[in-house]
Amino acid sequence: MIVPLVTGTAVAFWLLAPIIVLAAIGMVMARKPVHSALGLATVMVGLAVQYAAQQAPFLFAVQIIVYTGAALMLFLFVLMLVGVDSTDSLVETLRGQRLAAGLAAFGLGALLVGVMGNAIVEGQVVGYTPEVEGNNVQQIAYAVFGRWIFIFETTAALLITAALAAMVLAHRERIGGRLTQRRRALLRMRKYAEDGTHPGSGATPGVYARHNAVDTPALLPDGSAAESSVSTSLAARGDVVDAHRLAAATKWALDEIDGEEPVGDERQVLGTGPTARGEVDTAPRAEVGAGDERSEATAEEDAK
Amino acid sequence: MNPENYLVLAAILFAIGTVGFMVRRNALIAFMSVELMLNATNLALVTFSRINGNIDGQIASFFVMIVAAAEIVVGLAIIVSIFRTRRSASVDDANLLKF
Repeated sequence: MIVPLVTGTAVAFWLLAPIIVLAAIGMVMARKPVHSALGLATVMVGLAVQYAAQQAPFLFAVQIIVYTGAALMLFLFVLMLVGVDSTDSLVETLRGQRLAAGLAAFGLGALLVGVMGNAIVEGQVVGYTPEVEGNNVQQIAYAVFGRWIFIFETTAALLITAALAAMVLAHRERIGGRLTQRRRALLRMRKYAEDGTHPGSGATPGVYARHNAVDTPALLPDGSAAESSVSTSLAARGDVVDAHRLAAATKWALDEIDGEEPVGDERQVLGTGPTARGEVDTAPRAEVGAGDERSEATAEEDAK
Repeated sequence: MNPENYLVLAAILFAIGTVGFMVRRNALIAFMSVELMLNATNLALVTFSRINGNIDGQIASFFVMIVAAAEIVVGLAIIVSIFRTRRSASVDDANLLKF
């Protein structure tokens, strides 16, 4: 019978070590910080598996929870604050910096590998003999709350200091006073006193007009169109129905009441006759028709 | 399984983190490279713990994680406050203490 020479630990190592190294290289090379964060997440999860394979299940859990779960999410939150699309410019500001950095890092890696290899070859590997009975977590608890209790308590001060530091650094002084309802009202009235801006709410689109769609400006009682009743973004896109066309009907009626000869044909002005859909004003009429369809569509949606 | 492999992996990761810290100018990526170096050190510590048959390496790794958590909090707060005042996350732009 063939004894399997490959253990689970070896499989985990040789499967994950290339992935870890590739993810680390990707983290350093990625242009976008989000891709770097993904690479770092891969490295951290891979290292967690290595901890588990090296009889450190407690550190495996802590690595996943603290590093991958908390620290990396904090990184991602800050990425969102700072701007995900803040890509690095890959232009070298110092000449030859990248080459020098690569050489230095290669030297450092070679040195570390040499030292460690030497230490391992020279020293001898001792088997794992736990000090106390129990599993990994119990041994760690014994050590943390025994020999290292003072350092462990000191970390409490460290963490509290870090939390305070984050609060102080992220704090922003309020420059002006709070904008309360009373203050808003006062500001509105002051604006009314200064340049006559109406303090109340503006006219809603479509009021006094023939359509209640948002692209139709409101008609004021005097027949003029209220430009402020339509969203400025709609106006910028050119999607607004021409107010003067809509006002024409009112004007026509007023003229008729005054006993003057109204300008133009009634049917044409009201947009109901066949001539109105004719060659005279095809384009604007099509626009109004589109508005009609849109309002009908919204009405149908409302009905649903 | 020879524990030497883990140490070599840790050394490689540490070197890659060094490159990232020296080359990248986005403060966040440089900071992530520091995290990578800390992680590599943790791996070495855990491996040493297994080699020597002593739990103290894992304790040291645990404390490194605690310190790293505090460091991430403060470092990211600094990055955010620098970004607020200078509208940039590049380490090249924080040059008021130069000269």
